[in-house]
Parts: sequence; C-alpha cells; structure tokens
Amino acid sequence: MKKEGAATRLRLAAGNALLGWLLPLAIVASWQAAAALELLNPILLPSPWTIVEEFAALASSGEMLHHLGISAWRALQGFVLGGGAGLLAGIWAGFSYRMERLVDPSIQVLRTLPHLVIAPLFILWFGFGELSMVLIIAKGAFFPLYVNTFLGIRSVDSKLFDVARVLEFRRKDMILKLIVPAALPSILLGIRLSLGIAWLSLVVAEMMGASSGFGYLIMDARSFSITSLVIVGIIVFALVGKLSDSLVKMLERRLLSWQDTYKAEAVKG
Amino acid sequence: MFKLMNNTKSEPLLLINDLNKIFETPGGRVEALKNITLTVNKGELLTIIGPSGCGKSTLLKIVAGLDTGYAGPVLLNGKAISGPGVDKGVIFQEPRLFPWMNVLQNIAGNLSLRDSGVRDRVHGLVELVKLRGFEKAYPRELSGGMAQRVAIARALLRNPEVLLLDEPFGALDAFTRVHMQEALLEIWEKNKTTMLLVTHDIDEAVFLGQRVVIMEPRPGHIRSILPVKLTYPRERSGTAFQDWRRTIMNEFEKVEGPAVDFGSHI
Repeated sequence: MKKEGAATRLRLAAGNALLGWLLPLAIVASWQAAAALELLNPILLPSPWTIVEEFAALASSGEMLHHLGISAWRALQGFVLGGGAGLLAGIWAGFSYRMERLVDPSIQVLRTLPHLVIAPLFILWFGFGELSMVLIIAKGAFFPLYVNTFLGIRSVDSKLFDVARVLEFRRKDMILKLIVPAALPSILLGIRLSLGIAWLSLVVAEMMGASSGFGYLIMDARSFSITSLVIVGIIVFALVGKLSDSLVKMLERRLLSWQDTYKAEAVKG
Repeated sequence: MFKLMNNTKSEPLLLINDLNKIFETPGGRVEALKNITLTVNKGELLTIIGPSGCGKSTLLKIVAGLDTGYAGPVLLNGKAISGPGVDKGVIFQEPRLFPWMNVLQNIAGNLSLRDSGVRDRVHGLVELVKLRGFEKAYPRELSGGMAQRVAIARALLRNPEVLLLDEPFGALDAFTRVHMQEALLEIWEKNKTTMLLVTHDIDEAVFLGQRVVIMEPRPGHIRSILPVKLTYPRERSGTAFQDWRRTIMNEFEKVEGPAVDFGSHI
C-alpha cells in the first residue's frame, strides 16, 4: 500500500510538471505555425526556429560566453559589494537598537529610490564605466540582504535567548549557535532576492552605456532591429537568473536540512 | 522541622526570606509575591502548587535568576542570585530545544562534543533519559515527552545545584505525563539533584513532592507547606496516596474562593 501511495504521488508530480509545460509548448507551436504561414512580420517577431538558430550562432561564435562572462562578473562584483554591505549593515542594526534608530530610517528612504533616478548621478560622478555599473548593481543588491538579515536577527525567539542565558552561552556561542542559525533562513532568502535584483540591475546598468555584456548586446541588437538576438538575450537572462536562484536554493536545502527532517519523515512514514 | 525521606541530609541549599515582588502594570501595582519565606534542603524534591496567578512561576523565575526585580534575599548556597546560570538548571513548560541541533548537540549546547569527557557524559545522559537511538534526531522528529527529556538531560549535564521545573509536563498528554513523572523520580533518585517543580496538577504534586508548597493569589503568597510522608515509589491508587491528595485538595479548596482570574492582570 505504501508503494502504491508513492507511485501515485510520483505520477501526480510528473503530471503536474507536464501540465506546467503544456502552455509554453502550445504557444511555441502555434507561434512556429503562424510564422510558417507568414502571418507574422519576421522583423517584429521572428519564428522560434530563427531564434534557435540565432542562439546556436551566438553560442558557437564564442560571443555568448564572452558577453555572459563580462555580465556575470559585473553582477557578481555588484552583488558582493552591495550584498556584503547589506549583510553587515543588517547584522549591525539587528544587534543594536541604537544602530537601528541611527541608520534604518535613512536606509528605508534610499530603498524607495529607483535605479533610473540614481543612475544619472552615478554617471555624472563616476562616468560611463565599470564603476558606475557595479555601483548600480550594488545599490540594488544591498536592500534585500539588509532587510532580511535585520529581520532574521530580530526574530530570534526570546525564549531561546533565556535558554542560552541559563546555559551561560558566551558571546561567541550566542552568535554562532543561536543567532546565526536562527537568522539563517532569512539571510538565505535575502541572498536569493539580492542575487535576483543584482541580475535585474545589471540590465539597467548595461543598457545605460556599456560596450560589452548582455545588456549591451540586447541594446545593440535593438538598434539594428535584430529581433531574434533581442529575444535570445532575454532567454539567456532568464536562464542565468533561474540558475543562480537554483544554486542558492540548493545551498538553502543543505544548510537548513534541520527544517526539512520533519517533512522527510512524514513522506517516509 | 520536617522529616525528610530518602536519607537526604538537611543542609539548606536555597534560602528565601521575606521575598516580595511587585509588577507595575498599566492598571496599577500588582503584588505578585508577598512575604515568601522558604528553605529548600540539599537533595530535596519540592513541588509548588497553586492556581494560575499565584506567582509560582514568578517565584521559580526569580530563583532561576531570570527575573531580578524583587525585594528580599534569595540565597543559593549562601550567595545572592545575581543572574541565570548553569548552577540553576531550568526546565520550561516547552522543551525549548534548538531546532537546528540534533539531540546530542542540544544536550551539549555550548560544550564541545569533540571533548571526549563531554561526549561520554552526554551519552550517559542519553541513557539516563532513555533516548538511545535518537542521538541524531532533530527536535522536529521528537515527541513532546522525548523533547522534554532532552531538555532535562541538557540541564543535568551542567550538574546544577538545583533543577527548576516550571510546569514541565503541563503540555503533555495524560499517559506521557505519568510516564515522565516516573522518569523524573528515577532521575532524582539516581542523581540526588535538588528539584523545585511548579505544577497545577495535584496528583503530580503529591506523587513527586517530599514537601508540597501551596500558594494562593492576590497577593501571591505561601498558604502552607505540607510534608508528604509517603515512601517512593508512591502508589497512585493506594489509600495513603488518596488521603494525601485529599489533604492537599482541602487546603486547595480554601484557596480557590471566588473565581477571579488573577492571571490576566499581569
């Protein structure tokens, strides 16, 4: 009976996955059909097959890897800079009420500023270049990690603090054995959101004035009306974004296995 | 004054003399504890019982060092209690385990399991609280009774002078509760740890306590202290047990009086 149940669950899961593919596949199929019947203007909307060819050409010429590498490096720099600062600021404000009162209001004001408002200022100060781009990405990556780290630290159960005091935890133990593990789910969520925003900010940054990277590639393709290349760029962006998110999710599953044990038991039993 | 069972030496370990505690609430000052005077001897198992709002948990918190705003000396081994610490082990109503640590890590807490001395003692305590086979289990995989036994082992690892239990089995089902009471008694008889157990369960108070402290609210104070002159293990269905139960019950009925929920004012 147990086996049967597992098989049913597996069938259900597979069915659900297939269901998710149904809509995109139908759209691509009808899109291809419409293109073949010459119902679409190939300049505005090339056929899926043209896009696949463009993708293959870009990949085989090495151009894709070149631009992707540059973009990824920028995103990473911005993420490390902004996310790292967000993590530190979040820890600082999380631990100290005075720090919170000092910095949190200002940070909350800055958080609402859109990239496009800040970008001209960065360009004036630092010119069209790597620094401006990295800073815009960093600005994006800062806030999710700041907010989630702060909340993670503040949401540590005060009952567990009492236990730690009774057990005479030293400051180091308080941080490493209580606060960090308790805040980790929040911090990892912050990392995921920050990475996502870093990736989004990258496009804004690269579209403003870069001579390399995927954002540049898309802008360049647009100005020459190579729609297929624009769409390839969008697809690659989506794929890399999803990939980086999955990587953090994997990390999450490893680090937070203590949260899953119960679920795992329930499935087994 | 009291004849103690189990040949425990009558050395006073905990001395509370005219303890008073006032809560400042928006509704005014509430006398949580008034004129509490209590001596607990080394190795004694004392139960404190009373209706909600009688201050029994507050009293325990003060002894634990988790509540320091009070007047009157509270001395452990002749020294004033200045804050929480491992010499005053605390078992809360909920086990309060660290969810990211397994059973062994929870018992060890801030002590390193790489230290063979710690490891041996942790394993010894796992035996004592009968959790063999669950060493690597995480709190979410444990039942309420098992989790509470981990909490007890965690406190015992630190060799506390006194173990303070705040309605430790209140959240457990009736069967598990009886089982846990027996397990606690076994631990007490093996380790001779001084224990103060707060409860609102008369059976529990009589089954475990060498002495039963009866508290009443408004203001929270000790009504009486009754020595339960029964040998362990106590037979719950026996007439002697039932007599003691009735004696405590009678004290208790005097306490109840008009039904006023004092607890909600705090």
